[in-house]
Amino acid sequence: MRKKATRRARRVRLLDIAHARSGDKGDTANVGLIALKPEYYPILVKHVTAARVARHFKGMISGPVERFELPNLHALNFLLHGALDGGGTISLKTDAQGKVFSTALLRLELEPPK
Amino acid sequence: MKPQPASVRIAAGQGFWGDWLEAPYRQVTGGPIDYLMMDYLAEVTMSILQKQKSRDPSLGYAKDFIPLMERILPIAAQRGIKITANAGGVNPPACAQAVAETARRLRLGGKVRIGVVTGDDLLGRLDGLLARGHELRNLDTGRPLSEVRDRVVSANAYLGAWPVVEALRGGADIVVTGRVTDTGLTLAPMIHTFGWRPDAWDLLAAGTVAGHTIECGAQCSGGNCLVDWDGIPDLANVGYPIVEAAADGTFEITKHPGTGGRISVAGVKEQLVYEMGNPAEYITPDGIADFTTIQLEQRGKDRVRVSGVRGRPATDKLKVSIGYFYGYKAVGTLVYAWPDAYRKAQAADRILRQRLANLGLKFEAVLTEFVGADATHGPLARAGAPLDQLPEVQLRIGVRSPDKAAVERFTREIAPLILNGPPSVTGFAGGRPKPEEIVAYWPALIYKRMVEPCVEVVQV
Repeated sequence: MRKKATRRARRVRLLDIAHARSGDKGDTANVGLIALKPEYYPILVKHVTAARVARHFKGMISGPVERFELPNLHALNFLLHGALDGGGTISLKTDAQGKVFSTALLRLELEPPK
Repeated sequence: MKPQPASVRIAAGQGFWGDWLEAPYRQVTGGPIDYLMMDYLAEVTMSILQKQKSRDPSLGYAKDFIPLMERILPIAAQRGIKITANAGGVNPPACAQAVAETARRLRLGGKVRIGVVTGDDLLGRLDGLLARGHELRNLDTGRPLSEVRDRVVSANAYLGAWPVVEALRGGADIVVTGRVTDTGLTLAPMIHTFGWRPDAWDLLAAGTVAGHTIECGAQCSGGNCLVDWDGIPDLANVGYPIVEAAADGTFEITKHPGTGGRISVAGVKEQLVYEMGNPAEYITPDGIADFTTIQLEQRGKDRVRVSGVRGRPATDKLKVSIGYFYGYKAVGTLVYAWPDAYRKAQAADRILRQRLANLGLKFEAVLTEFVGADATHGPLARAGAPLDQLPEVQLRIGVRSPDKAAVERFTREIAPLILNGPPSVTGFAGGRPKPEEIVAYWPALIYKRMVEPCVEVVQV
């Protein structure tokens, strides 16, 4: 039990090292993920891969995840396809415009270094 | 020849139709600006306006724009502030005429010139375009428009900055447009002020980035900002952003002194990535901006400098925003109280779904959300929350169908649950939900040569 607690403490939540804003384009949500300090950016690049984000949002999106890098802004941009139940006016979701996918991504916990 | 000004100040007044009514007034009165830029048109706005125009040919524009002009035109005219706004919707001439009547009533006759930009509306030309082989395939799905042609309610090409520039060169004080890009409304005053050339791709890209930064109003000056959100001062009096641009394409984002909110590198970054696709190619009719070249620097309190923006040549196509009738939807809600709030809401959902099935109603989609538990973050939220102790949960069920009768019947199945479902339920004061018509968005491309912007400048 105790060992587990120490391991948990070493985990880093994205909320602690990044901020984000999200929006929509049709049925795709975009999440811009921005490092809170420049030195955190390489951590984002290394750990927050498109595959990792796709796993994080499993069951919430029906399409693939794309990732783009903006080293100048210490930011990554993710496109989450099939995230909005058809998007815009079609969607039945509260968050039809993907506004809070931003903080949903910030829930992600990075794997502790082995 | 007039000497070229060293800078131009462009203030954002509306980030969308329905934005804060006080913002434009505060922008023209709170300090010196040269232009007031107002963005009114979202993707679905055009189809709503087209519907209004079909009922009354004198409508089809953002009606709020007229009382707003009544309030600020005298100040703008006195201070020499010019206005760019895509408030014209699907009927810019009618919008311009209403503005002209307002100006005359304010005794501004002879003092105001109105520019009108049209040519974006393709609705009347659709069959001709399709017949000539322009398929207007859906950018997301690849389907040809012919599949939904008989359900199309609006079709507008996105025009860029140049028709607005033409209106300004023609002496317009107010430029009223139809579907001009959000960014074009900010870029145009910069082109006009500095005489930028149509192939000055880096400069046009810089102006486009400026436009993107302020097109959502206060979303770059402290609104919806995650970093230090509860430390951002006086959002009640939030200052909307102002671009102070130089001829070399560099610019600073700032706001009027004494206003609330905050202009910070963090907040500007959040706005830059908002609704972003591939950041290396932000495509507009005026050129392609590379957002990976943007350099930001805090230049003082509430002042961020933007430089280094690179651009590439424009493509030969324009985006077309098409609205088509899709079907019907309705959303109903009920609120369940502690104890077992979440379990009661879940039980009510099961009961309702069973009743819908027993009635033989067919829906394209039925979506249940439990507001207070999972409506925003879905399974990610459920994973860590003490769901058995939630003080209250709102059950929110939505249905969608091509069959209006099925949606209508669904709306009558919510209220009975108050008396014949799980206990401690309330929150039905709003009455039965109404079935809503869905006009869906169909993005497509068209060759620029097929679209001819039309610019007129009239003296009031």
